[in-house]
Formats: sequence, structure tokens, C-alpha cells
Amino acid sequence: MSNLIQGKTGEWEIVIGLEVHAQVIAKSKLFSGSATTFGSDANTQVSLVDAAMPGMLPVINEYCIEQAVRTGLGLGAKINLTSVFERKNYFYADLPQGYQISQQEIPIVGEGEIEIELPDGTSRNIGIERLHMEQDAGKSIHDKHPTRSYIDLNRSGNCLMEIVSKPDMRSADEAMAYVAKLRAIVRALETCDGNMDEGSMRCDVNVSVRKIGDELGTRREVKNVNSIRSVGQAVDYEARDQIRMIEAGEKVTQQTMLFNADDSTTRPMRSKEDAHDYRYFPDPDLLPLVISQQYVDAINENLPELPDAKKHRFMQEYGMKLYDASIIAGDKPRAEYFERVAKGRDPKLSVTWVTTELMGALNKLALSIDKSPVSSEQLGELIDLISDNTISGRIAKDVFAEMLDTGKSASNIVEEKGLKQVTDTGALETLVDEVIAENPDVVANYQSGKDKLFGFFVGQVMKKTQGKANPAIVNELLKKKIG
Amino acid sequence: MNDLTKLTLKQALDGMNSKEFTSQDITKSHIDAMAEFKGLNAYITETPELAMEQAKASDERRAKGEVGLLEGAPIAMKDLFCTQGVRTTAASNILNNFVPEYTSTVAQNMFDQGMVMLGKTNLDEFAMGSANITSNFGNVINPWKRNSDDKDLVPGGSSGGSSAAVSARIALAATGTDTGGSIRQPAAFTGITGIKPTYGRCSRWGVVAFASSLDQPGSFARTVEDNAIMLQAMAGYDAKDSTSINKPVPNYMAAMTGDIRGLKVGVPKEYRMDGMSDEIAKIWQDGVDWLKDAGAEIVDISLPHTKYALASYYVIAPAECSSNLARYDGVRYGLRVEGDNLDDMYEKTRAAGFGDEVKRRILIGTYVLSAGFYDAYYNKARKVRKLIHQDFVNAYQKCDVILTPTAPSGAFAIGENNDDPITMYLNDVFTVPASMAGMPGISIPAGLSNDGLPLGLQLLGRPFDEETIFKTAGVMEKAANFIAEPSMVFEKAA
Repeated sequence: MSNLIQGKTGEWEIVIGLEVHAQVIAKSKLFSGSATTFGSDANTQVSLVDAAMPGMLPVINEYCIEQAVRTGLGLGAKINLTSVFERKNYFYADLPQGYQISQQEIPIVGEGEIEIELPDGTSRNIGIERLHMEQDAGKSIHDKHPTRSYIDLNRSGNCLMEIVSKPDMRSADEAMAYVAKLRAIVRALETCDGNMDEGSMRCDVNVSVRKIGDELGTRREVKNVNSIRSVGQAVDYEARDQIRMIEAGEKVTQQTMLFNADDSTTRPMRSKEDAHDYRYFPDPDLLPLVISQQYVDAINENLPELPDAKKHRFMQEYGMKLYDASIIAGDKPRAEYFERVAKGRDPKLSVTWVTTELMGALNKLALSIDKSPVSSEQLGELIDLISDNTISGRIAKDVFAEMLDTGKSASNIVEEKGLKQVTDTGALETLVDEVIAENPDVVANYQSGKDKLFGFFVGQVMKKTQGKANPAIVNELLKKKIG
Repeated sequence: MNDLTKLTLKQALDGMNSKEFTSQDITKSHIDAMAEFKGLNAYITETPELAMEQAKASDERRAKGEVGLLEGAPIAMKDLFCTQGVRTTAASNILNNFVPEYTSTVAQNMFDQGMVMLGKTNLDEFAMGSANITSNFGNVINPWKRNSDDKDLVPGGSSGGSSAAVSARIALAATGTDTGGSIRQPAAFTGITGIKPTYGRCSRWGVVAFASSLDQPGSFARTVEDNAIMLQAMAGYDAKDSTSINKPVPNYMAAMTGDIRGLKVGVPKEYRMDGMSDEIAKIWQDGVDWLKDAGAEIVDISLPHTKYALASYYVIAPAECSSNLARYDGVRYGLRVEGDNLDDMYEKTRAAGFGDEVKRRILIGTYVLSAGFYDAYYNKARKVRKLIHQDFVNAYQKCDVILTPTAPSGAFAIGENNDDPITMYLNDVFTVPASMAGMPGISIPAGLSNDGLPLGLQLLGRPFDEETIFKTAGVMEKAANFIAEPSMVFEKAA
């Protein structure tokens, strides 16, 4: 698949790197004991430290360290046993300290790599540059008063992980697949809830374009990209805009852009004159963060199965295709649902029913799997009815449709509607005989060599049983009677 | 009853123990004296009513047999320590009306040991200064006068209010903070004793920050023993301060055995600087002789990076302060001067809120951290700091304590030195290296200058070995027999 974009002057390659801010799941903030619940009343989760009162000092929340290490391990990355918190200095009304405590020179997590799957069924590896911990800022609300801004410090001091990729992505699809995979990983690890609409995962998208073989072009950074769809749109818009500029003889300048979700465009956020000098330096209130290899090993031992490992296992154990496996394994509730269905059941049937029938239906209904009207137990029962020949696969589809509508169990529907498969050989033989008697011409044609007509007889028998006849028995009887 | 202000902290505690007087008696004496010496401007906020309440509560505790280390003793608190319900200003206009809802760990430790707080003492704004002439609440006046003229002298800084208060007998003891010499130098200028413990020994939680990697709470009192009592009450691990060290606090009073036979006292050759005055050189030699006479062994040592200490200190301290003071932005508390927009409000608030010296250091600090200059200044200064630390580590292979003068001169007159900030910075030349290395140090009064002003000697020790400092300083104090008093105090008593 070519990712190149055709411009007036030839083909262009897009180069994308992503910075993802993921809010760590932790009961309290990175350097204070305040709660971190989303959606609480403004300024109700603010300690003296969060409000940067005089003389207040940060104390690291050890659980946040554990979560960052866990995430680093999940990204297959190097864990730095010594890392340093630094201050990033700038003034803003929602930044009480006047600096953000972050990690600059030595982050807690170094280089790693994750595997992404693309819609064309291929997969590729994307490099991770680093993961560092930092404090979130508060929230400024500018639209509630004509001349004043409101400040909510609830978020101030929450622990974020900034996960920086290498500039390895070459298309919007890859960028979207990367964010999806990252989200799957942090969700599997339970280190971030990945809820982009609540802002607990936010992306900055760095985009540049170049002609094949050229040096990297000048990049623009798009901020405020808050859904996977928007990531793709931001990449597309930026790439086209940059190509347009270059081909029109303009120069792309390094700039911070803001994504507008309403029309999927970007616009400059601040001019270069405002470019900040953050004056990073090691935070003298905090000693270097030193952890032991044993500590890291202990976390590693208790790591849950990660989406990629799960994906490969699903392919091996259940014969899933790469794309299906990545869809199912990439989402914890889906994977759990699937494994509950597949447990002790035919792998192939389980895969088909979950990946094709169930996922298809849920997509149409726009429901996530945890809102599925058919529970894993119910779907399992339906598969059991197929496996023990109570119903045929075809009838099962009707039953499933009914289950989606009514929420009733498969056995109830089969019972109520009398859909039980006819396996009574005597009864079926009578019907087979009837069909043969009713269609002497077709029999003659068939016997003169038109093998394809065999299906016609099967169909006729099915018709007489409203599809309930066991197809295997019907086949066997027909073969016996007409050869 | 005003004799009670002449007591040492130890004598006062003993007097209350033996029921010679109550905490209310001695607190009242100090409150009266504070009114009398109000002209020194040692206190920014006096809390006499609160003090009397606390004294009453202390007397009640004592009656029940509950007696803390500082039980009933009237003590002054540097106005850099946050105290719940009592205005805490850091001597800055920007915190002019700031009343904290919390009490710093050190102040709380002292309250827990029965302290009666007389009020909040004056200081250089945000503890930036060596003469207490940068306070938004006016200069502090040293109770001492020199023989040659009647000019008002500075009490040293930044903890000038505390040093003046203890020297003038309007507090039995006082807290201070020392970043580059802010306890030791004012102690020397006012003829009292002051200790800066090892970095990490006392919690910084609730102390308004100047330079976080250097700031360390400590104490002022009129004797070494009194300082041992003070530090005993103040020190200890605090989980709320990540740079606080989790080590048990030894018994400092018990360490003062008076026996220093065999102790190795280092004398650093680099501290014998060009232009050192004869009187400073003499007092230093006196110190050497006293310790030798008491059975200590004098060892020549070298601290080769001393000459870079002051320059690197004046890079690191401003760098940290430029960031630490960013929180004073008019948004949440303290002074706010309205502006046309956010940036305008910041500019107007900080222009009106900070004095010249604070602004100077914020500018220097911002500059040394900025892109393009970071390596040349801040990073270089950090490297020098490591070398200075290593100097001390090497020196302590050869000796147990280090003896130096505390300051290059005695107190000077207000206005005499502040036309040139660099000359002012030189006051800290003997105190800054130990601050940079995080080592503990004490200053004790060792004699009078030709002009009749107290001069101090500094003893530095190994990290967390305040015990040896107290022991050695106790011996030296006895030998120095410094009994001079500021003339105004002496005249008052007469």
C-alpha cells in the first residue's frame, strides 16, 4: 500500500511523530494527596501543594511511579533506574507553581517499540522514544464571563505520562492505529483509562512532509487532538496544507497549531515571538528518583497479558486472522467476552460468531461490547445449540437476530418458535421421498450428470421444514436415494 | 521582673521548672521589652496577646506535669516560617497580608515542645540579603553601636530580625533560616550564637522558599547550649519534605561533654584571604589557641575550590529563586494589581510586589537558566558545587571540625555597603561554601573588634554531626568568655 501523496511537483511522503499525554490511573495526584476523580465540582480537589501555597513541597506518589514503570514495560521499553524531575518554567493562570514538574533530560522510561495493525491486514513496528512523568495543569475557562477567566485546579497536579513516539509513521492510518494500540496497551495495563473524550488521553501530532529520500522537512505540531478520528484528520489536513505551501513556494515554519474538530482543520496557536524558553532545571525540592531492578522485575512479573501477546495467542489458539485478532485482542472487554465464549467451545465457531456476527451487529447498533444486548453466556449457549445439532447454522442467525431484539436466551427462542432441528431420519426420509416424487424432471437431469442440481433437492427439503432439517442427514438421505 | 529577659534559654527553663517564675511572668517581661525596643524594628508582627494565651496554656500544662523541651519559653519566629492564623510576609509586599492556614513543620515541632511565640521577626525580603536592609517592613537596627560613631548598624541578614531580637534580649531564642550564611553572619554581627544544621536535618515544609537546595532552618540563642536545646526541638525527619533525611535526632545537650582532647580541628588555608583585616586574623588565631589549649590537634587543610564558591552560589541561588518565586503571581493569594490582561496583571503585581534585590536575583536567575546560557552558568555552577562538596569530604578525612572566621568584618552602618551589591555579597564569603556543600555550621561570638563590635568564629562539621559542633563550640565559648552586651541593653539594665 502506498502512503505517498501526489502533489503538483511529484509524490510526497508524510512523516508523523506523536506525543500522547495519558493521565495515570491513581487515587491521588503525582505530588500531593488530593483526589483525582473526573467531573467533581470545581476546585474541590485542591491541596495546599496543588494551589502552590508558600512553603509547600512536592512528595512523589509512589503508585504513580509504579504505573509509569508498568506502562514502560508494556511498551517493551528500557526502564531508567535513575530519573530526574525537572521544572518547566512558564507563567499561566492555571499553573499555580509557575512551573510544571516534568522530566526532561532523564525520563523514567527510555526507548521501546509497539506493533500496529493496519486496515489492509499488515502490521508494522513503531518506535517509542521515551515516556516521562509530569504534572497536569489546571483548567482555564474563558467563556463564562465577558472579561474574566475562571480557573479550576482539580486537574492541577494530576500525573500524566507523556509518551513520545519516534517519527516512524507515514500515514493517517498508521497514526490512528498507533493511538489505538497505545490506548489498548494502557487499558490492558490499567495505567490509564484511555477516555479521550474526558481528556484522560490527549495527542499532539507532529507532521512534516518531504520528497522521498530527502531530509526531514520542518514539522508543525498540532495540539488539542482529542479522538482517534481527529488524529487522522489532523494528519491529512496538515500534510495537504504543507504540500500546498511548499508547492506554492512558501516555507513551512516550525509552529504550534490547534486542531479544530468542527471543520477538521488546523490553525496557528501562537506566533514564534511567544516561543517559550522553559528554563528546565532539576527540581531542587525532589531528589533524583532511584528505583531498583528488583522493583522493576516485581512489576514485570505481575504484568497482565498485553494486546500484542494476546493477539498472537488468539491467532495461534483460535486460528483468528491478524486483523480480527488485533480487533478482539486490542480491546480488553472484547477479548474477555471472546474468551468467555470460546472457553470449552469450538474455536472456529466462536471466532466466527464473535468477530463476524456479534461485532457486525454491534457496529450497526453503534454499541460497545460491554453494552451488548447478547451476553457472552447467551452467545455461548447459541453456539452450543449449533454444536449439538439442535439448530443449524442458518437457523442460528435468525435466533441471534431475535436475541439482539429481545434479549431472550437462544433456547427460549428455539423452544417458543419450534426451531429445533429435525433430525428424525424417518420423518426426513418421507420428505425426501416427496421431493423426489414431485420433481421427476429434475431427478432425470441430475442423474444425467448435472451434479449442481443436488443443492436444489436439499433446498426443497429445507423449504418443507422451514429450514429446520439437519442438512447432514438430508444430504445423506438424498445421496442414498438419487445417487 | 525585667531581669528575666537576661536569662539564657536554659536558665529560663530551669527557673520555670523550679517554680521561680511562670511562663506568663517571663513572657510578660519579654513583651514589655519588645515595646521598649520597638525602634530596632526586629519584629514585623508582634503577637503579645497570643503569646500570653500560649504562656497561660503552658503554665497549665506544666502544672499537670507536661513539660516539653521549650516549655513556656518566649521565642521569636523568623517571618519566613508559616504560622497558622498569624500573618506571614517573608518581608515582602507581595505577601503583605498573607495569613497561612497551616503551620510549618519546624514551628509546629516547637509548639509541640511548649514554645511561646512572641511574634514574627523581620528579615531581608524573601531572605535575600546580608544586612536586613531589603525588607518591605523597614531596616532592622543592630542593638550594638560601634565606638567610633553613633550610626545605626545592620544586624546582618537575612535573619536580622531574629539576631537583633535575641541580642537585644527581646526573645530568649529565635528561629532563622540559612541559605548562604543567613544565620551565621547575623549571629556574628550581633554577638550571639547561631547554628545552621546539615541540609535535610530540619524540615523546609511551610518555610517560604528562597533557594530550595540551600535553605535550611536553624536557630539563634545566646549560648551554644541554648542552640542545642532549640535544634533538639526543631529537627527531625518530615515525610512532607522530600529532601528531609530520615535519621534519628541525637541528644545534642548530652553531646556537650566539654572534652575535645584529640579532636582534629582543620584550618583551611584558602580562607586566609588577601586583605583580611588584622582583627579578623587575630580572632581566628585566638580560636585556634583556645582549641589547642583544650587538647585539640590543629590540622592545616585545603578547600581548593573555595574561591569559586561565592560566584557559583550567586548563580544557583538566584536560579532556584527565579523559579520558586514564580508562584507569587497575584492569581490565588497575596498582592494583586489589576491589569488589562493576564500578562499585564502579572507584570504590575510583581513590579509592585517585589523589591529591588528580589527583582535583581529573579533577573539573574532567569538569565542563567535561559537557553544559550544554561551551560555556561547554571550547569557550570552545579559542577563547581560538586567540587566544593568534594573539598569538604576530603578535608573531613583529615579533621573532625573546621574553624574559620564567620564574616570578613563586624557589623557595618546602614547604607555603608549597599551602593554595590557585589561588596554586599562578599559578606557571605566564609559561610557560603558550607551552604553549597550542605554541611552544618555554627557561629559563636569570640571577641570585640577595635571599634567595639562583636566578631564571630565559625565551626563547620561533618554532615549530621552537629554533636561534634556543639561539643567543640561549647569549649570555645567557655574559652572566649564573651560577656559583652550591646550598650543599649547594658544601659537599660544599669
